[in-house]
Amino acid sequence: MNLFGNAVPWRSIAREALDRTAIVAKFLCLLHVTNTYVCTPTLVYGPSMLPTLNLTGDVLLAERVSHRLGKVGPGDVVLVRSPVDPRKSLTKRVVAMGGDEVTFVVDPRNSERVRTIVVPRGHVWIQGDNIYASSDSRQFGPVPYGLIEGKMLCRVWPLDGFGSLNH
Amino acid sequence: MKFVYSQQDFAMGTRSLLWDITKKYFTVGLIGLTVSDRYASIVSVRGSSMSPAFNPRSDTNDYVLVEKFCLDKYRFSHGDVVVFSSPSNHKEKHIKRIIGLPGDWIGTPNMDDVLKVPEGHFWVEGDNSVSSLDSRSFGPIPLGLIRGRVTHVVWPPQRMGRVERETNQRPLSSLQDRPEFY
Repeated sequence: MNLFGNAVPWRSIAREALDRTAIVAKFLCLLHVTNTYVCTPTLVYGPSMLPTLNLTGDVLLAERVSHRLGKVGPGDVVLVRSPVDPRKSLTKRVVAMGGDEVTFVVDPRNSERVRTIVVPRGHVWIQGDNIYASSDSRQFGPVPYGLIEGKMLCRVWPLDGFGSLNH
Repeated sequence: MKFVYSQQDFAMGTRSLLWDITKKYFTVGLIGLTVSDRYASIVSVRGSSMSPAFNPRSDTNDYVLVEKFCLDKYRFSHGDVVVFSSPSNHKEKHIKRIIGLPGDWIGTPNMDDVLKVPEGHFWVEGDNSVSSLDSRSFGPIPLGLIRGRVTHVVWPPQRMGRVERETNQRPLSSLQDRPEFY
C-alpha cells in the first residue's frame, strides 16, 4: 500500500482541514465580537471592592453596550482600564460624572481630611467600595470616560452570590 | 421528466436564498470587525493639525493604515503617530504624534516650568503646532486611550508610504533605560 498513490485521499483531507479551520476561525471572530460589543465575563479579585465583591475573586458579567451609549452613571460598578498601567483593568464604582462636585476622604487610614473637587467634562470619578484599601481616583485623579470598558451586570461565580451586585 | 414547482417550493427557495445571503453578510461582517479591531484598519484623517505629514493641503483627506498590534503590550516610542479617544469627549478620536512617554520631562516655550509625564500617561502634539488641540491644552493623557498606531498613508497614491517617526529635540530628557521599539 503506497502512501503516495490513491490509497490516501490527500486532496479531500486538505479540503476538510481547511473547512474545519474556517469554522474555528469564524467561531473565534464571533467570540471576539461578543466579548467586545455585547458582554464578557471578567475575573475580579482584590480587597478594594469589599464588601460588594469578594477578596479571593468573583466572576462577573460585564456588559459592553451602555458605555458606548453614554449610559454609565453614578453608582455603577464599571470595568475601567487603569490610568497608571494600561495593561491592567480595574473594577471600581463610579461616584461622580463630569461637571459634578465630589467630596472624598483623602486617606481614611491616617486622617479625616476631606477634599472637594469638580470633575472635568468628559471624565468620571471612580472609587472602590473599600476606601481603606483601594487605589482609585483619590490617588490618580478623575479618569477620562474613554477608559471605561464595560458596566458590571451581575455575579456569575461563586454560585451562592449569583445575581445582582447590590446586597 | 418534468419538474413542477409549486408556489410553496418557490417561496421556500427564496427564503433559503435570503437566509444564505444574510449568513454570508453576517460572517463577513464578523470577520471584518475582528480584523479591524485586532489587526489593522483604515481611517480617514480630518483637519490640518498633522500637516504636512497628513492633509498637507486642505482639499483632500488622507487615508491611513492604523495597526492594532501595539495595543497588546502598549509599547510605544517617541515620534509614533497614534489614534486615541479624546479625553474630553469619548466619542471623538484624534490623531497626533507622541512627544513624551511616562517619566519624560516636557517643557514648552510658552510655559515657564517643566512638567513630568506621569506613569501610564503620554504627551501628544500635532506636527502643525498652530492649529493643533493637543497635550498643550489638555495635559498628559492615559495610554489606555490609545486605539492604534498609524504606520502608512494609503491614499492619495502620490503620498502612499510609511509614516516616519520624527523625533525633534523635545522632550527635555527621557528615561535612559526605556527601550525603543523598531
